[in-house]
Amino acid sequence: MSKQVERALPPQRLARLENFGHSLKRSAYLFQPNRIEQLHDIFALAREQGLSIALRGAGRSYGDAALNSGQIVLDLRLLNRIQIWDAQRGRITVEPGVTIEQLWKHVLADGWWPPVVPGTMFPTIGGCLAANIHGKNNWQAGPLGEHVVEFEAMLPGGKRLRCSPRKNAELFHAMIGGMGLLGVFTSITLELKHIYSGNLEVTAWTEPTLARLVSAIHEHEESDYVVGWVDCTAMGRRLGRGQIHAARYLRSDEDPDAERSLRVDAQVLPDRMFGVLPKRLLPPLMAPFVNNLGTWGVNLAKYLGSRTIGNHKTYRQALVAFNFLLDYIPDWERSYGRGGLIQYQSFLPKAAAADVFLEMLRACKRAGLPSYLGVLKRHRPDKFLLSHALDGYSLALDFRVTRANRARLVALAAELDKLALAAGGRFYFAKDSTLRREEVSRYLGAKTIQQFKKLKRKVDPENLLQSDLYRRCFG
Amino acid sequence: MAKKRKSAPILPPESPLTRRRRALVVGASSGIGAAIAQRLAAEGHVVAALARSKGELDKLCREVNAQLGDTRALAYEHDVTDVESIPLTFQRLLKELGGMDVLVYCAGVMPAVASDEFNLEKDELMIDTNLRGGLAWLGLGAALFQRMGAGHLVGISSVAGDRGRVLNPGYNASKAGLDAYLEALRNRLTRHGVHVLTVKPGFVDTEMLKASRGPKFGVISPEQVAAGVWKAMRARKQLVYIPWIWRWIMLAVRNVPSFIFRRLSI
Repeated sequence: MSKQVERALPPQRLARLENFGHSLKRSAYLFQPNRIEQLHDIFALAREQGLSIALRGAGRSYGDAALNSGQIVLDLRLLNRIQIWDAQRGRITVEPGVTIEQLWKHVLADGWWPPVVPGTMFPTIGGCLAANIHGKNNWQAGPLGEHVVEFEAMLPGGKRLRCSPRKNAELFHAMIGGMGLLGVFTSITLELKHIYSGNLEVTAWTEPTLARLVSAIHEHEESDYVVGWVDCTAMGRRLGRGQIHAARYLRSDEDPDAERSLRVDAQVLPDRMFGVLPKRLLPPLMAPFVNNLGTWGVNLAKYLGSRTIGNHKTYRQALVAFNFLLDYIPDWERSYGRGGLIQYQSFLPKAAAADVFLEMLRACKRAGLPSYLGVLKRHRPDKFLLSHALDGYSLALDFRVTRANRARLVALAAELDKLALAAGGRFYFAKDSTLRREEVSRYLGAKTIQQFKKLKRKVDPENLLQSDLYRRCFG
Repeated sequence: MAKKRKSAPILPPESPLTRRRRALVVGASSGIGAAIAQRLAAEGHVVAALARSKGELDKLCREVNAQLGDTRALAYEHDVTDVESIPLTFQRLLKELGGMDVLVYCAGVMPAVASDEFNLEKDELMIDTNLRGGLAWLGLGAALFQRMGAGHLVGISSVAGDRGRVLNPGYNASKAGLDAYLEALRNRLTRHGVHVLTVKPGFVDTEMLKASRGPKFGVISPEQVAAGVWKAMRARKQLVYIPWIWRWIMLAVRNVPSFIFRRLSI
């Protein structure tokens, strides 16, 4: 230990931090600055103590991206001011801790909507940008990073600089998607999407096979949003069947009552199911079904139900209800029990997707670890350094974690990695909790990794910004 | 001067989902501590072994790692009587291990004391090593585990803590203090999901016993103590006498009335 340091950090700073799925529980010294200037002090403290810092927003990463075992975690949620809102041009400047929820509530009434949102409204913009999140419209709108006009960053050395697609372009394209390993976003300016209604026009229908789901998504590329639900528990040839939801924004003349649908209270998710059952009671009620047999039954009922009732029907649905499906049931992830869950998402080129995804579902079943939720999405490539996207499809699989299945789950993930990599697949750091250095360097390529590390050495020569994910994938 | 941030120690890469549990054993160079470190490593933990004598620690860790074919034990030189250094050492270990799930305090000394000797220096050494160091380490462990809502705190006390006896008053006092502290931690932390275990070994075949003047019977090996501790940890016992017979012996000893006890020479 260095002789210069005289005092350790107070043990009162120690906190338990978890991933979104509650399957990882790690200790860290937690700091929650409420002014950007405080970042300097925390960096200085970390430097003096010989500890690294991980940046954390709302903690909605499925893996270990916002964990830093035994070291410092900087929770940026209190930096949550909306700084400038230009309702004419649809440009908003926010601090990194502003959440997607805060953002849409602030701009909706003026006829604007975040161009890209994840499946839940609770993440922070800083976190979303660090992961360069995508929505159900990725092939149309790209990742969130493509809607950033500019941002201001603080580098670990304390230097503050502005980055845009033209200014400091290299850092711009690396910090977005850089998982908080290069610097802190201190202010972010986004360009929003102009909308003429708070509703989307949604069409839903079932498809009997995974190949049909993939081609249905392909055929509906003129839609604004398309997402496929995949039944990963069905038996035999039915494995991989599912349901498509396609949606489009309404044009200026299509919603006569736009003023009302653009009100925040028209968007609020109901807090009761069927008008009676408080939704916070749902996770414990769902828990008995979150196992292989229960999920098989639930999925079967869902598939058959969707095929029978309202199949191919078109209806209008509020933007919030369509986009933030995960928030429909508060703390849904608790229904997975004490061991929590992980998600495994792989991105495959167009041609290979249907076959390889089906192969993956079979591998899961062979391992006795069927995914309880599969979500299929369409993607296109982007210009960000650590991008997960490609011209193709992604399948996100949720797995329940128990004490007994952890080792098998890791082995299964390695098997799925092989399938994905052989087909030219990619992965997504916001979701990942199983990749190793070898797989990461295979999908990103040695050159990209070198470029990232070179840039990191330049902006963070002391390697102050780290996370469990960093040490696992790049360390 | 800014330091270069060293990455974590050379532990084999692990998947986050199957990460080994982390254990810290204070006083691990010989006797019971060494056996517990060895046992925890064999049971799948990554163990940080702390003691004054780096040479013996290194030897222990080399043996453990060679035997298990894996980097499972790490040696750290540390003197528990240097209480001021404990918070920083704790912080450094938390970083290098990447967390902590088990903390075992077994540092203990028992210098020979003549029956007519009252030696503050020796008494202070026992209080500092057996009790004060324990307060510092276990207190930090308690702060961490309370927040984590999990963890095992293990204190190696002694049957000597059950009653003040003629042989070594300072030793009795240090172990009785440790007992009370562990009990208090247990009462504070059980509600937070933390397991606090007090271990009271009888006669164990260690250097300490060889130096002791008292009676010796039913001597067991340090490995037997380690096995008993592991079993008690798994069963989340509060207090364990090893071997079990000492529970009954000490029940009797505790209940000998003072007017008799003070005439005995045990």
